[in-house]
Amino acid sequence: MSAAPVKPPVKAVVIGASAGAVQALLTILPALPASFALPVLVVVHVPPDRDNVLVSLLQAKCRLTVKEAEDKEPLVGGTVFFAPSDYHLLVETDGTLAISTDEPVNYSRPSIDVLFESAADAFGEALVGVVLTGANHDGAAGLRAVTQAGGTAIVEDPNFAHSRAMPLAALEASPEAAIMTIDAIASYLSSLGTTR
Amino acid sequence: MPEAVVDLEIQLLLEALYQRYHYDFRHYARASIKRRLVQARDQLAFPTISAMQDRVLHDPSMLPRLLDYLTVQVSEMFRDPSYFRALRESVLPHLKTYPSLKVWIAGSSTGEEVYSLAILFREEGLYDRTLFYATDINPEALAAAEAGVYPLDRIRKFTENHQKSGGRSSLSDYYTAAYGRAVFDKTLRERVVFSDHSLVTDAVFAEMHLISCRNVMIYFDRPLQDRAIGLFHDSLARKGFLGLGSKESLRFSAHAGGFSDFVPGEKIYQRREP
Ligand SMILES: C[S@@+](CC[C@H](N)C(=O)[O-])C[C@H]1O[C@@H](n2cnc3c(N)ncnc32)[C@H](O)[C@@H]1O
Repeated sequence: MSAAPVKPPVKAVVIGASAGAVQALLTILPALPASFALPVLVVVHVPPDRDNVLVSLLQAKCRLTVKEAEDKEPLVGGTVFFAPSDYHLLVETDGTLAISTDEPVNYSRPSIDVLFESAADAFGEALVGVVLTGANHDGAAGLRAVTQAGGTAIVEDPNFAHSRAMPLAALEASPEAAIMTIDAIASYLSSLGTTR
Repeated sequence: MPEAVVDLEIQLLLEALYQRYHYDFRHYARASIKRRLVQARDQLAFPTISAMQDRVLHDPSMLPRLLDYLTVQVSEMFRDPSYFRALRESVLPHLKTYPSLKVWIAGSSTGEEVYSLAILFREEGLYDRTLFYATDINPEALAAAEAGVYPLDRIRKFTENHQKSGGRSSLSDYYTAAYGRAVFDKTLRERVVFSDHSLVTDAVFAEMHLISCRNVMIYFDRPLQDRAIGLFHDSLARKGFLGLGSKESLRFSAHAGGFSDFVPGEKIYQRREP
């Protein structure tokens, strides 16, 4: 008789989204309760010249603090950090954030892969990675890194996603990922943050 | 391979590079360095980072190839046009009161920022009284900066940025196009000194009126950032200016008190006098 493997408590959530991101994030992030105690890191593909209007939009609608990530800033729970436009966002193993102007990855800067791979390195099993709607393949390698490090992978159900290419690519790279609708993702994440 | 072993290999490689060649990446932001070294290992087809270390220790011709991974050569002319506009409208009017000027572009990469500032100073009538220092640790980047040749397909973006920065001339006045390349006018670099200088291991070398160091310190850890900012403070003349990248700030620095905000939104600071 063997017990189900016990994962350590989750320490962070990373989310990647592209085409259709605004609608998806407007469903997920405002659903998170004020008691949500984890840091949430988000990469959204936006045109490089535009400042992150999404941040101010979500600030008004969320119970958590929503902000643009700053270089060397420490991660804190109950806060949503968005990658600044035109910079990659990375997590250091000491729990601080870093930004970089490295070349675009998958034609994207910020890139979901860059965030997810560094976060997988920093948090290992204690990470939840979520790939949402999008029309490219960014995030697939990143989610693979999350599962390889023992973390939990979630992919938006491609049948209901605004754009299915990105969820499909992520599923192909990580077949073990849980497939969920946006609403299911919202309630799963909410339960995570409060059962700690 | 366990991550802990890769991390150890990286630490040993950085130590080896320092002891053998005096390139000090030991206090660079680690997540980005790791990403790039893993990429180097895979693209250069080494089985491990230790194997790469073995090669670079014994074969100095390997060093430049590794430096291309360890330093990030991404730049653009008039990157963040609003920064250059703020220099034009708020900083240069102050600089005009000096009979001679020194400007330091620290981490000048392949030169885009240098030519941007040279054009800006020429447009504002300050070029002839200014000496520019363009420094970097990557010798190939310095050589490219000195050559001032860029692929033509980048010019559209450069031109657009220049216009948005409030450019008073046409960018095409400053280059000639040939064989798919834009060759920048050599008079733009008549007053530029290109030189090898590290913000990690080298010292103050002249007294500056303006220092522009953009998207270099994001690659450093916090104590190293503080070293560089201290160096800038010591290099600046009374009431000299320091400009950083659009997502950088002095807020978390031990030297924050040594500067005042000058154009806050554009990360332009002024040395504060005690
Ligand atoms: C991303 S580029 C920035 C180019 C330009 N300043 C811009 O913003 O477009 C970073 C540059 O910093 C240089 N660099 C890295 N470490 C340095 C150091 N210790 N001292 C001086 N330059 C350094 C790299 O070689 C690279 O050219």
